[in-house]
Amino acid sequence: MATLDQAQNPPGTNPPGNKNSRLVSNKRRSTRKAVAVFVAPFAVLFILFYAAPIIFAIIQSLLVVEREGTFGAPQQVFGGLSQYALVFQDQAFWASVGRVLLFGVVQVPIMLGMALLFALLLDSPLLKGKKFFRLAFFAPYAVPGVIAAIMWGFLYSPSLSPFSAVTSEINFLDGSLVLWSIANIVTWVYVGYNMLIIYASLLAIPTEIYEAARLDGASNAQIAWRIKIPLVTPAIILTGVFSIIGTLQLLAEPQTLRSFSSAISSTYTPNLAVYTTASIPNYNLAAAFSVVLAIATFILSFVFLKATQRKVSQ
Amino acid sequence: MTTAAVPQSAPEKPRSRGPRQSIMSRSAAMLIMGVFTLYFLTPIWWLLVTSTKSGGDITGTSALWFTPDSVATFFTNITGLFAYENGLFVKWLLNSALYAGVGAFLGTIIAAMCGYALSKYEFKGREAIFNVVLSGVLVPATALALPLFLIFSEVNLTNTYWAVFLPSLVSPFGVYLARIYAAASVPGELLEAARLDGSGEVRTFFTVSSRLMAPALVTIFLFQFVTIWNNFFLPLIMLRDQALFPVTLGLYAWNSQISQIPELRTFVIIGALVSILPLIIAFLGLQRFWSSGLGAGSVK
Repeated sequence: MATLDQAQNPPGTNPPGNKNSRLVSNKRRSTRKAVAVFVAPFAVLFILFYAAPIIFAIIQSLLVVEREGTFGAPQQVFGGLSQYALVFQDQAFWASVGRVLLFGVVQVPIMLGMALLFALLLDSPLLKGKKFFRLAFFAPYAVPGVIAAIMWGFLYSPSLSPFSAVTSEINFLDGSLVLWSIANIVTWVYVGYNMLIIYASLLAIPTEIYEAARLDGASNAQIAWRIKIPLVTPAIILTGVFSIIGTLQLLAEPQTLRSFSSAISSTYTPNLAVYTTASIPNYNLAAAFSVVLAIATFILSFVFLKATQRKVSQ
Repeated sequence: MTTAAVPQSAPEKPRSRGPRQSIMSRSAAMLIMGVFTLYFLTPIWWLLVTSTKSGGDITGTSALWFTPDSVATFFTNITGLFAYENGLFVKWLLNSALYAGVGAFLGTIIAAMCGYALSKYEFKGREAIFNVVLSGVLVPATALALPLFLIFSEVNLTNTYWAVFLPSLVSPFGVYLARIYAAASVPGELLEAARLDGSGEVRTFFTVSSRLMAPALVTIFLFQFVTIWNNFFLPLIMLRDQALFPVTLGLYAWNSQISQIPELRTFVIIGALVSILPLIIAFLGLQRFWSSGLGAGSVK
């Protein structure tokens, strides 16, 4: 296991035998150059297409459009936080935020619970044909959200669905159910992906741990509950954070389903509200929506990370 | 290696709990997985079956099984799809391949270099850069779509390939994964040895380190490929010209016109099938790599 020892050497430190100081300083210089070559491409792109848009959005959200008289040319002037005042008064926007929060509170635990159950079953000695199940459950992840929404849109529709016996009785696309119909589409696409992330971290647990527990008479269920789940908690937290981010970003599925269902308004989710407002075009208000949404997402996933980490360490 | 000795004695214990319970829990497990296999595969099966039907047969025939002339209709549908509006759909597929294929390829190299440097070199501002990258992971990409549009319109680049291609190159999560992987799979001694042999740092990365990181690179590539292929908001907000659309946006546009042009329904369905095949093939073909690389993200 020589590699393990080698890996523990802190990166970049000089081996103790290297006494030639000119060689060292040469090496330093070439290392610094190499670091620049490695980091620069990402740094430039990150600044241009990540940092700059955020700054630009903040600037835009602080501007208001003014006209000189009724017919004057429109002009952008500094408006302070007046766009944010509009955001906080915008009931449709807050209704959409409430909608995706409700969606997240229900859908994320169900999806991750399913993913965890399937991952534990795949990891248990109970199943045959694991490879098949793994691929079958993961397959929907290859379906883009738009395409998944189109497929399920047809499957939900009262006239075209192969399950029209059900869909002619229950309208999955009306106002009271359509949010949960969207939740079903998102669940269908992402359960397998989350399952694989959890499963991969189950595979990383050394089997000696189970063998010891089994010798002590622990059942499969006890091993799963007492040993496996605590050990894969970091993976579950990771999937949780990505699911929260995904929920707040919801756009493709509801936007696509709009051609199947009239119950989805043009401000159904926060991102739809951004898109609709930008199409007016009211870029300043849309930019303010974007900033609020980005901050809310950031805070929510950050708080979730911190809260779960504290729980784990206790 | 203590593990080798233990398994022989391990099966003794559960047997005392009785084989019946074991059969019951085995059947329960298989039943759960079987039912959900139906849930996950039925929509895809329906898509496959429906794409072998003509417009009129979609409602008239059994929805989950083929008609006698399915094969012929399938080819009629495919040629119809590829010929419609001078091969617009083929154009969309090529666009998606360009955005996602080239974008993920370059994006992976860029993310891998950065993650590798963050893991293998000590330099000023290393932690700061890594923290910025990490917060980049938490910023929702769609929150950037509108600001990106505003920036690109400042330089008159909306409604061009660049408007979708360039922002797709940035993958903070790829950097994060690359850093973890470089730490785990590239030994520092090896870099020292390469240095003593007179190999430059950059050359060492491309000839030695990148090979050691191969499973991670495939994973980063695949997931960035999927992210770009599935991206909807950015092209929706950036592109007006249909000839620049990726396939998802194109099918979305057709789908929203079905009520005016009913013949599009057949094309939307078979187009949906054709558009998911490249991803399914890519995942199946590269399975060996990504299934080992997937767990890395949650290591730390």
